[in-house]
Amino acid sequence: MKFNDEEQAMRAGAFGPAVQWAIEHQISVGRYLGAGDFVPVSQAHIMADTESLGVAGVEWLERWATLPVEQRRVRVPTITDPRGTDFAAAHRLKHQSWMLDLERRAIAAFEALGVLMTDTCINYQTIMPPVRGAHVAYGDTGVVIYSNSVCGARSNFEGGPSALSAGLTGRTPRYGYHLPERRRATLTVRVNWTPRALNDWGALGGIVGRRAGDYWQVPVLVGIDRIPDSDEMKHFGAALASYGSVALFHMAGVTPEAQRLDDVVASGQTLPAHAVGERDIRAFQASYAKAIDAADLVVFAAPQLSLVEVRQVADLLAGRRATIPLFVGTSPQVKADADRLGLTARMERAGATVLSGMCFYQSYAREMAEANGWVRLATNSAKLVNIIGGYGYKPVLLSMEACIEAACTGGKIAS
Amino acid sequence: MSAPVFYAAAGMGRKVQGPALVAKDGFSARYDLDRAQGVFSRPEHKLAGQSYVGRVLVLDAAKGGVATAWMLHDMSARGLAPAALVLNAVNPIMVQGAALAAFTMISGFDLDITQVIPNGAVVEVDPTAARPFIRIC
Repeated sequence: MKFNDEEQAMRAGAFGPAVQWAIEHQISVGRYLGAGDFVPVSQAHIMADTESLGVAGVEWLERWATLPVEQRRVRVPTITDPRGTDFAAAHRLKHQSWMLDLERRAIAAFEALGVLMTDTCINYQTIMPPVRGAHVAYGDTGVVIYSNSVCGARSNFEGGPSALSAGLTGRTPRYGYHLPERRRATLTVRVNWTPRALNDWGALGGIVGRRAGDYWQVPVLVGIDRIPDSDEMKHFGAALASYGSVALFHMAGVTPEAQRLDDVVASGQTLPAHAVGERDIRAFQASYAKAIDAADLVVFAAPQLSLVEVRQVADLLAGRRATIPLFVGTSPQVKADADRLGLTARMERAGATVLSGMCFYQSYAREMAEANGWVRLATNSAKLVNIIGGYGYKPVLLSMEACIEAACTGGKIAS
Repeated sequence: MSAPVFYAAAGMGRKVQGPALVAKDGFSARYDLDRAQGVFSRPEHKLAGQSYVGRVLVLDAAKGGVATAWMLHDMSARGLAPAALVLNAVNPIMVQGAALAAFTMISGFDLDITQVIPNGAVVEVDPTAARPFIRIC
């Protein structure tokens, strides 16, 4: 890799040991993945819930947090993904005191590093969406794929250590989706039926993700017959990233880099081609539905809900009462609006618990299951059903309406 | 006749030796593992129920989210980590996690590595060689 004078100074320790560690970490990653140099970034976004960090990770952060202030502060706006708890709801979730203590320590360390504790995986809907062509260093796969594909930004998946490194150095190794040539399509997917509900979009993302197979694949979808809204793109992208580890997609005639199919497919190039129809989407959803006939809890999260989704949940609960646990996960930014607009109160009067700044699966999901006796989980998030099975849950993927129906009928799932 | 050597496109970490745990399936620490017990826990995973501790995991592709970047570090600190990761295809998260944890990983072969390493075989993984490799001992 080539380094400029400032990067050489970082390597030599001129900016302190945190920046020195950060740039060496980035060089190690960059060399593995073929980077030729660094590219400046305008933002970083750190996934760092304490279930992932563990005690070792929190202690590692705390070491940097004790450095002199001029040696420990991030140099570009650096924000956070959802945390491992919502302190206001921790008792309801049966989070244990050691989990809360670890969270407090991690938050204190991040604040000492100058990180903004936004605690959100929908920063592209709520904080500062990146502009087309902007190089950023985002964590959370759903954030990356939405920002790359819908906003036209340029980011790889940046795990917590690398996103923090980018915050500290203000740059990231130039490989993968920072390179224009990597952003061209590698497979085409003809969609014969445009999804309607959010769980349909998630199912489509799951199907395409499975067919894409790995991080370096870039699907281009053709045949979508309308412009999806931001929540639909959010659910599609989050599922695609979750099932396929995919970081970028194009939608011909919709996303900014693929106004025409030719924009992302070289002339004369033949790509592997797939087709997806309504039957595939229903089969995908049914594959989860077979596992259970009732739910112990309903979760709306993964990604956190937009204000529009929160309003939809509140409206569906009007005049009803949840008789099993019903959780609505959103960002602190949306939660404040939901409070102000009376939506939180409406949902809570109907028996729901609104979670702020967490996202359920990142919040000690196994321990919550054991403490609360939860196994069977209903959700409209394809991303959540893909993840939560590994934590011992049996998930089912339903529409938002069917989830509310289950929540208000003792968990019964309509066949 | 000496055992065949399979060369990787890239590697990091130190040379290790151990029994291989092989499957044509993906890898994500959050999605696939019970990290408290040290076993694969995702029911659909081909290695569900099997311990990964101290094993050289030979798998197809990195999957899932970004948590593995922290989790390899935590798993190593608690002594409940695999010995190494050998993958056909990595994503950046695996590389970032291996870099933080000083973890052994190699990836990128000119064949499907999960089809040529027998499950249970004792293997050597050397990412420090000029051409990183895995070979059956």
